[in-house]
Amino acid sequence: MSKLPKIALIGNPNAGKSSLFNSLTGLNQKTGNFPGVTMDKLTGIWELEPNRKVEVLDLPGIYSIYPKSIDEELVINILGNPSHADYPDMAIVVADASNLKRNLLLFSQVRDLGIPTVLALNMVDVAENQGYVINSIKLARELNIEVAEINAKKGIGVNGLRLAVEKTLKNRYASNDALPLPVGDELLADITAEYGEADPYRSLLWLMEHDRMKMFSEEQRIGFDRLQEKHRFDAKSYKTSETVKRYEALSEIVERCVINLNRQWDAPPVKTMTDRLDKFFLHPVGGYLIFLGILFLMFQAVFTWAAYPMDAIDGGVAQLNDYLKEILPESALTGLLTDGLIAGIGGVLIFVPQIAFLFFFISMLEETGYMSRVMFIMDKLMRRFGLNGKSVVPLMSGVACAVPAIMSTRSIGSWKDRLITIMVTPLMSCSARLPIYTVLIALVVPEKSTLFGMFNLQGLALFGLYLLGFFMAILSAWVMKQLLQVKEKSYFIMELPTYKGPRFKHMALSIYNSVKAFVFEAGKIIVAISIVLWVLASYGPGDSLSTVEQSVRQANPTLSAPELANKVAAEKLEQSYAGHFGHFIEPVIKPLGYDWKIGIALITSFAAREVFVGTMSTIYSLGGEVDDENATIKNRMRAEINPETGKPLYDAALGFSLLIFYAFAMQCMSTLATTYRETKSWKYPAIQFLYMTTLAYLSAFVVYQLLV
Amino acid sequence: MSGTLADLKVGEQAEIIGFTDELLSLKLLEMGCLPGTVIELTHQAPFGDPIAIKVSGYTLSMRKEEAATIQVKTK
Repeated sequence: MSKLPKIALIGNPNAGKSSLFNSLTGLNQKTGNFPGVTMDKLTGIWELEPNRKVEVLDLPGIYSIYPKSIDEELVINILGNPSHADYPDMAIVVADASNLKRNLLLFSQVRDLGIPTVLALNMVDVAENQGYVINSIKLARELNIEVAEINAKKGIGVNGLRLAVEKTLKNRYASNDALPLPVGDELLADITAEYGEADPYRSLLWLMEHDRMKMFSEEQRIGFDRLQEKHRFDAKSYKTSETVKRYEALSEIVERCVINLNRQWDAPPVKTMTDRLDKFFLHPVGGYLIFLGILFLMFQAVFTWAAYPMDAIDGGVAQLNDYLKEILPESALTGLLTDGLIAGIGGVLIFVPQIAFLFFFISMLEETGYMSRVMFIMDKLMRRFGLNGKSVVPLMSGVACAVPAIMSTRSIGSWKDRLITIMVTPLMSCSARLPIYTVLIALVVPEKSTLFGMFNLQGLALFGLYLLGFFMAILSAWVMKQLLQVKEKSYFIMELPTYKGPRFKHMALSIYNSVKAFVFEAGKIIVAISIVLWVLASYGPGDSLSTVEQSVRQANPTLSAPELANKVAAEKLEQSYAGHFGHFIEPVIKPLGYDWKIGIALITSFAAREVFVGTMSTIYSLGGEVDDENATIKNRMRAEINPETGKPLYDAALGFSLLIFYAFAMQCMSTLATTYRETKSWKYPAIQFLYMTTLAYLSAFVVYQLLV
Repeated sequence: MSGTLADLKVGEQAEIIGFTDELLSLKLLEMGCLPGTVIELTHQAPFGDPIAIKVSGYTLSMRKEEAATIQVKTK
């Protein structure tokens, strides 16, 4: 494909950028209502007219080109670097007309970078409802660019925007060459001499933001620092004065182009829908109750409603396996396909309903604008523990899966708060732990018993584990806050957007993307491990496995055929590579109450904890009858006898010790890989792995020794 | 009367006259908190922190310690 002209979409968060992107390209993606949802590079093709296409790039929402958080950095790295692969031919700045002045600030900065720019005025109707009438023709003349009025949500005004873009692409309007605030000519000359010709405003951007721009080498950064010193240039005060100067100029323009109807009647400002809703959602007591109610509903959905599709998936996979085993010849390959590959894929698919439900709620809260309110009411509490109001979203998402949760920390401006959030998020009990919890709780907590005759004890135990994960997360955060003696100022200056109805198409896409990421990212590893595990459990050193059947039969001549088959399978496992590994680590895990069989499960679940249940079913040598897999595993495990005491192996002490271990241990390669990606250092995933595993080992040790 | 934004009570209005923290002032300016702008304290989170203000037609939240860097004048 030939190179298409590139258009960058830029705008404040909540200005309607993503909606416009959708109506231009027809390609949908995740959009949200709080700062920093548009993260990954999003591009789409916009057909200006038949056979004339342009590429549209959706950039994260920003308030100014000076970045304050990681997700905002991306914008200057593209717009400030003409040799960047994504450097646009022109930009469309989407502006919320009901907040024109603030939106024009960003526009004026982008235009001064030398990028031909069109202004797309969105939400003109909202501005008019508030009594502001904008003369966009006059505005276009004053700003010396093309202005198009649009309604991004309804897709109105695209034609006008198309014309404006065509004109701008053709004419390539020269930017405003004068700097908003003059600096010494020698400074600019020095930058040109050392770093090459550049637009004056762009040179200043380089000078001030070189640390955040990836295009510069260490040496060049030092050079910029030297130049700042040489010319006694103070970036902070320049940016402040520049912003004030820009606002002064823009105020005059807005004054001339906007008619304020309110002034004529001097009517009191209208109470908007958002004002009225905030009375409830930000209420000092009611606000928390509403949030708790929403959380309760979420958990109800994730644990109760999701059970039906999960059972269906579980049954479907088991049936498929049975069917395949029936029609395929009995061979190692069939075993690999059914017990290895399909069982592994089934283990991934089973989490899909829970993740989908959780992200349904989270994207709904984001879409409507409620999530910012949650951050608002939670900030003070979270700050005590070294976190931030914005940590609430990652912690909530962590209940589904830590991978997207850690990725959602990018909007947290303070590095320290962000790092702590990343480090503790995996302590939240993710959906991969749920099947382990379910199996083990069923073993050690009596099913029939209730507390005060109304609460099911098993349910309470499960809820307790989730609470435990949350409290351990904030406790660890508090400890890290004490250890990390960083004098970095975190701040919480954040827009509370107006409430909006959710756009279900966006929500559906958001859910789809999260599920897809989980299935492919985590899925790859889980399937690989399942296969490796199957191989390790099916083969052993030398010909030890081939002689097992014979020796078992000779030792137990009275056993019936199915019992014998089970006995053989169990013996084979012990002789296999997996069995040898299990025996090898038994001394280490003995103090926690675990035997070599659990050792195998621990080893295999170090890469992905969700393989625990699968491993257990392999270990306890289940035959083909897996209609109700969990129940069967439960029964097999319940029947397991501790050879030393002669009592059931899975007593309360071992059960709770295992539960605690799985609640705290870092057993997820995908999460470690994500932590590495987000922190750009192996140090943090290593620390994360060590502290969580140590915590798990010590807690499990204490629990076992207390209960045994 | 002059003071800082942190001293306001819910429902009170004031005019911004300046900032005491250079780093925060850039962010606040970018968010539309300009000297001369009239703001209204609309919400306080439980425990009085953070707060939310109405400024040039939208709602902005910030922590109390950040609000304390904004000097205001009440009528």
